[in-house]
Amino acid sequence: MKDSRLSLVGEGLACRRGGRTVFSDLGFAVGAGELMAVTGPNGAGKSTLLRLIAGLLAPIAGRLDYQGPAGGDDLAGALHYVGHQDAVKSGFSVRQDLAFWTGYWNGRGDIDAALDAVGLGGLGAIPTAALSAGQRRRLALARTIAVRRPVWLLDEPTAALDAAGEAMLGTLLDDHLERGGMAIAATHQTLPSKPAKTLALSVGAA
Amino acid sequence: MTPFFTLVRRDVALAFSAGSGALLGVMFFLIVIVALPLGIGPDLNLLARLGPAFLWIGVLLSTLLALDRLFQADHDDGALDLLTLSGLPLELLVLAKCLAHWLTAVVPLIVAAPLMGLFLNVSPTALGATILTVLVGSPALTMIGAIGAALTVTVRRGSLLLAILIVPLTLPVLIFGIGAVNGAVVDGLPFRTPLLLLLAASLASVAIAPFAAAAALRAARG
Repeated sequence: MKDSRLSLVGEGLACRRGGRTVFSDLGFAVGAGELMAVTGPNGAGKSTLLRLIAGLLAPIAGRLDYQGPAGGDDLAGALHYVGHQDAVKSGFSVRQDLAFWTGYWNGRGDIDAALDAVGLGGLGAIPTAALSAGQRRRLALARTIAVRRPVWLLDEPTAALDAAGEAMLGTLLDDHLERGGMAIAATHQTLPSKPAKTLALSVGAA
Repeated sequence: MTPFFTLVRRDVALAFSAGSGALLGVMFFLIVIVALPLGIGPDLNLLARLGPAFLWIGVLLSTLLALDRLFQADHDDGALDLLTLSGLPLELLVLAKCLAHWLTAVVPLIVAAPLMGLFLNVSPTALGATILTVLVGSPALTMIGAIGAALTVTVRRGSLLLAILIVPLTLPVLIFGIGAVNGAVVDGLPFRTPLLLLLAASLASVAIAPFAAAAALRAARG
């Protein structure tokens, strides 16, 4: 962890959506083993910031510098984005869904171990359509451990999770940070893992 | 290329999984083709002459059925975002989804075509030519359709808009396809020229459409 060069630095970021400047001149720096909480009221741009980091939105100004644990600057191939939507396919079983994403991202993680870790062990054979919202969120989180990637972007990760689910997420996060990963989580609630930094956004900060 | 084929396999598996209705297109094709002789009447010669054109139009309309969900299903549940986080360029992602669409929505139509030909009293020569031209021309239908599917990805009930956008663009494919079939059946009409034009349409759309559809998907992220 000491020799990890993992870092993600944003400078002067600005983003417009729907003709409105959501935020501007936004800066942050996250390093290995750090969790950054992004807080702020609805509409402050928490999700926008995460989508911008994920490369799903383009900033109108500013820059994003990423350095991988062993150098390299391929951010899109190094991150997990867990958004509002869980991207769980009905028509697949729980196991099939996780196996697809694991294969798609060239992951080598054990699928059953990942399901066990998020509390879905033994449910691998049931169709995803039968999952509750909390279970779907757990399945989405299982991808982050089936395929290890250094950067986690979590958008309201505790939404739909019960108390045990939050504790499970805390364990996943602590373990991830322990391994030298980084995480950025947008949230209204208290995160189950203590953030090293907090980025507070406000509406109309521009 | 691994993510590419993983995605193709997944889309094919999803298309045939419960409740997705990959075979709806074939059922629709069957309904259209069975309705035609009933509407036209029992004039076998007339049916035989119109048959290849009906088969082609049936393929065109049935292909459209599955197109509106091509990107929308993945867009709606957030999977499209995650699919782009693999290093697979959006253009190749489009191509993978189109390949899966062609395999699951068009190939069953081609397989069903001989049976449909029976309903329309299509001669073996005309049937063979129809199947060949659909095989050669249908990639253009899927690829042009993908542009429309990408443009309407955020539109609720976009399937009608998709048809309005796409059908005019696919008419050349229909014209060359039926032209080649006529060339195979009627003496003195060219077969090779329309077939080559059909092939050109397919190749050009496979080369161009992924970029156009990917650009539309990027714009839809907003």
